[in-house]
Amino acid sequence: MNISTQAAQIGLDRETRTGAVTVPIYQTATFRHPGLGQSTGYDYSRSGNPTRQALEEGIALLDGGCRGFAYSSGMAAITSLLFLFKQGDHLIVTEDLYGGSYRLFEKIFQQFGLSFSYVDTSDVDAVEGALEPNTKAVFAESLTNPLLKVADVKGLAGLCRRHDLLCIVDNTFLTPYLLRPLDLGADVVVYSGSKYLAGHNDTVCGLVTVKDPQLAERVYFHQNGAGAVLGPQDSWLTIRGIKTLTIRMDRQQDNAAAIAAFLVDHPQVGKIYYPGLADHPGHELMKAQCKGFGAMIAFEVTEPGLIDRLLLKTRLISFAESLGGVESLITFPRVQTHADIEPETLKRLGINNLLLRLSVGIEDKDDLIADLAQAFA
Amino acid sequence: MKLATELIHGGNPIDPEHGSLSHPIYLSSTFGQKSLDEFGRYDYSRSGNPTREALEEAVARLEKGTVGLAFASGMAAIASTFMIFAPGDHLVVCEDVYGGTFRVLSTLFKGWGLETSFVDATDSNAIAAAVTPKTRAIYLETPSNPLIKITDLAAAAALAREKGLLTIVDNTFMTPYLQRPLELGCDIVLHSGTKFLNGHSDVLCGFAVARDPELGRRLKFVQNAFGAVLGPQDCWLVLRGLKTLKVRLEESQRNAGRVVAWLKEQKQVAKVYYPGLPEHPGYEIHRAQADGPGAVLSFELTSYGATKRLSEGVTLAAFAVSLGGVESILSYPAKMSHAAMPPAEREARGIKDTLVRLSVGLEDADDLIADFDRALNV
Repeated sequence: MNISTQAAQIGLDRETRTGAVTVPIYQTATFRHPGLGQSTGYDYSRSGNPTRQALEEGIALLDGGCRGFAYSSGMAAITSLLFLFKQGDHLIVTEDLYGGSYRLFEKIFQQFGLSFSYVDTSDVDAVEGALEPNTKAVFAESLTNPLLKVADVKGLAGLCRRHDLLCIVDNTFLTPYLLRPLDLGADVVVYSGSKYLAGHNDTVCGLVTVKDPQLAERVYFHQNGAGAVLGPQDSWLTIRGIKTLTIRMDRQQDNAAAIAAFLVDHPQVGKIYYPGLADHPGHELMKAQCKGFGAMIAFEVTEPGLIDRLLLKTRLISFAESLGGVESLITFPRVQTHADIEPETLKRLGINNLLLRLSVGIEDKDDLIADLAQAFA
Repeated sequence: MKLATELIHGGNPIDPEHGSLSHPIYLSSTFGQKSLDEFGRYDYSRSGNPTREALEEAVARLEKGTVGLAFASGMAAIASTFMIFAPGDHLVVCEDVYGGTFRVLSTLFKGWGLETSFVDATDSNAIAAAVTPKTRAIYLETPSNPLIKITDLAAAAALAREKGLLTIVDNTFMTPYLQRPLELGCDIVLHSGTKFLNGHSDVLCGFAVARDPELGRRLKFVQNAFGAVLGPQDCWLVLRGLKTLKVRLEESQRNAGRVVAWLKEQKQVAKVYYPGLPEHPGYEIHRAQADGPGAVLSFELTSYGATKRLSEGVTLAAFAVSLGGVESILSYPAKMSHAAMPPAEREARGIKDTLVRLSVGLEDADDLIADFDRALNV
């Protein structure tokens, strides 16, 4: 079945008593038991809630996983995955990683005895070169934040299989509509569902999908144990968002391509990071591996003074963190999303004081381009 | 301000722009910024959300703390609090601790190198004897779950202070209406807010409140980094639940007293655990440190048959996990709250298979008693 159909029908047929086409919001903490030692399948909403379960089954279906999990934020999803590891384990992770993930790895999990090597995960050889005897997993962003490097998921998954590592892909920027990492051999996919999946900048949530049932049991143990679960109303809003995922993404990608073309020709724009451009190093790989180039663009302006203008003079494009929603947002990664990363690393990566990140929404592309043009002017 | 007033007005500064008496639900993941050099108070809802903040401030004030933090569940609050510790650190924990807390300590955090000793916390010598040079905190529940044991909080906090340890108290059963551990010298109060604070069995949530701002800052760092935060709609529901905390708990407590008196007369009831009973070993300590016995009690039946008859025969009290709602909830610790504890550990703690726990709700006490009578004596 096509993903648009699967997405539109999440939650359908779950309510047999009334026939309601949307899944009810089960705003309940606990469930009545029919008898001693008996259960309806639901005991306590931390362990399982029918509304959350509809979302979890929906994302698992979209990703081709055996099971899905919903968390109170993308960071809660990533934290819960790190609970799978133990003291002394080593992970290889994307170097231009989301700053929140970096902070979590360095400030919390390093203290608990995990170690991390940061490498360019778009380069499978570089990942192989970072292997240590105690390496247990590769954690790669499929399209990196903010430099939009493209991970060779098949190559990484093959490497992981050869070395018996867990292959974890943060697929936030692409969603299952554009890339299904489990099909390419990854073991676990994680999302900040706050972004494209919920898609309306109104819900904070995290999602995980898993291919192997045994691994899924371990993920479930920690979801239930540490309890960073998504509430029923937010689960319902995320389901509602996913129903329009593909049409939103189609429009956002069209808009992004048009804006990238505008930026390419603009005299006050330097380097452009957008995998839809033929000269982007990940362009060919992305064409082979994904159904589109996504709707994120990072670009450098020619002088620092332009940063303020673009952030504050744009009228349609809001200066705010986050991405993936119907509204276009612009951010300044060096001080916003990536503020927790060491200054030298930022410099080496090119996350500098000229770089802006644009999340393109579903507004009319002519209006968005006109908004950028007037801000530059 | 007295508690009843604080509950109504605390989480609720009247919205200056529209005059709304109820706090708006800010269902926004992100917040627009006006200046590059200085961000506004909110940037991303995981880091801070105005609805969540209203709730966090309200709970911090009620618990007399400086920093309050709201989490996706009670376990998320508890797990996030354990994340302020480091491998090699050691905790002294009351032995009949909630099964979910036992599970994360004995699996997840044990795997991360955080060691735990479980002790009978009613005995301050036992607590002191378990402290090692690596001990960083004493973790308590009073009354404990499900055996309603009482720990002297001021004494435990004094011991902790003397040895440079933190005292962490799960105050779920009491709420700040009945007991304020921070005033007794403890450092962190935790809650499954799912229970009495929200009070309607309709929201999962957890809280951590710190007395000291620096400790609060450490907890807030984990809250933001781990991201197990409570969503805005759930925050609003809890703010709404808090307004009736005092009236709910007063009534539930009154009903609990009536039910306890009735249970004590029943020949099929072997033992009743409730800190309002003068024969309870912790009666005096509880009376000194709390403003009431609360609305949770446990009792043992004389046989498994009677236990089964009661659990399956009640029609008013829901036979379910959880507690602290407007509805009475009867639960079976061996297979519910403490199912995560291995049977041997459970037996050693006295959690028998004839033990049931009752959270008394707002139904009329006569109706509740008649229902129990029918179920037990069919």
